Order: sequence, then C-alpha cells, then structure tokens
Amino acid sequence: MADETNTKKFLYINRKAPYGTVYALESLEVVLIGAAFEQDVSVAFVDDGVFQLMSGQDTAGIGMKNFSKTYRALGDYEVRKLYVERESLAERGLVSDDLMAITYEDENEDYAEKPSIHFVDRSEMTKLISEHDVILSF
Amino acid sequence: MGAYEVNGTVAEHDEEGYLTDIGVWNTDLADMIAKAENIDMSDAHWEVVNFLREYYEEYQIAPAVRILVKEMTKKFGKEKGDQKALYALFPYGPAKQACKIAGLPKPTGCV
Repeated sequence: MADETNTKKFLYINRKAPYGTVYALESLEVVLIGAAFEQDVSVAFVDDGVFQLMSGQDTAGIGMKNFSKTYRALGDYEVRKLYVERESLAERGLVSDDLMAITYEDENEDYAEKPSIHFVDRSEMTKLISEHDVILSF
Repeated sequence: MGAYEVNGTVAEHDEEGYLTDIGVWNTDLADMIAKAENIDMSDAHWEVVNFLREYYEEYQIAPAVRILVKEMTKKFGKEKGDQKALYALFPYGPAKQACKIAGLPKPTGCV
C-alpha cells in the first residue's frame, strides 16, 4: 500500500483537442488506470487541451465516441485536481462557463459536492509543473 | 469473433464474449450471456448489471471493481457494496463478468 513516503505527485498535462488525434482519450484512460495506484494525481489542461472540457460536445457527425462524460467520473476515482490555464482559455475566446461542471464528493464533509476544476494563470501553471515529481505530457 | 443468437436476433461479440455493439443489448441476451458464464441471474445479479448500465450511460465507462464497490455501497448499503458479496455473485470478477452480461465493453484498466 502507498504511504506518505512512496507517494509521488503525478501531473498529466493535456495539450491537444479531444478529437482528431488519440492523445486526449489515451491520456484519460491512463489517468483512470493510474488512479488505482493510490498516487497523488493532478491533471492540467493547457493550449488546445482546454477544449477537452468543453460542455455540450457532440460527436455524432464524426462517428467517434463522445468520451467527454467520462471526465465527470474522475471524482469517483479520487482524481480531484484539474487545473485549467486561464490564458489558454482566453486565447481561444473561451470563458470558464464554456466548460463542463466537474465535481467530487468530499467524504469528510458528508459527501458535499465540490468543484474539481481550478483556474490558474500561466505563471501558476509553471509553478505547478515544477512542484510535481512525475510529468506526463499528452 | 462469434455471435449470440436469441429470439432470431444475432448479436456479434469479440473473442472474449463482449458485445461488439452495445446498442443490441436486451434482457434476453443478458440471460443468454449469463448462462454461457454459468451464472443463474437473480435479483441481486440484476441489481449489479443494471447499476453498471446506468453508470455507463452517465459516464461512458464501465467502473473498475474498486469504484463499483464504493458506488454500490453509496446506493445500496454496505451489504451489497461489498467486494466479497460481488465476487460471490460473479466469481470471475464483478466488473469483468457483470460488464459482459450488461453488454458493456471490458472495464478500463482491467487486465
């Protein structure tokens, strides 16, 4: 079992749009599988990666599975820290309300629903990256 | 590759018995897959199968066993959200075997 001494801080960085390449889906699957190993997991969304969290995705026209609903399951897997870079949103004409609401249930507060998404500036993102032990970029 | 045939409908499955097209699933088909797995479907079995289908509908994934146990506990209480009880119902693994009967893909992270 993991204890404080052998728990590493993992950061998965998503940089690509959800469809067109397989990066986003592969990243999501790795995050879900990795969540079983009781590590400290965070997920970052920068550049076109912010599109992965857009609400109202519809893949009917491209014949691909709409896996956007799966991000909402991350809370069940105890992945509760999703960081979205503010500049990446703004550069694409997006605001925070364009993204899905993703929450987790806090078992220490009677399963109150709390937001998993945190918005950070580019400088804060740089700091976050430097604070993690393992960085996986998709 | 092969196919299940029930009431004149043919449902293709992969080499491990998981449905190729989850859209063709129905309860007769579930009974048939269960039989092939040597499982006699009881209300308790259906509770798990239906829970998995609802979870898939909401999140587009089949949950890992650990998550299934946690979420079943939340919904049905400790007695049913119990790994041992789930393995008693589905001896080859609740997520793996129950997902097959539920017509869902093999759970992510399942080896």
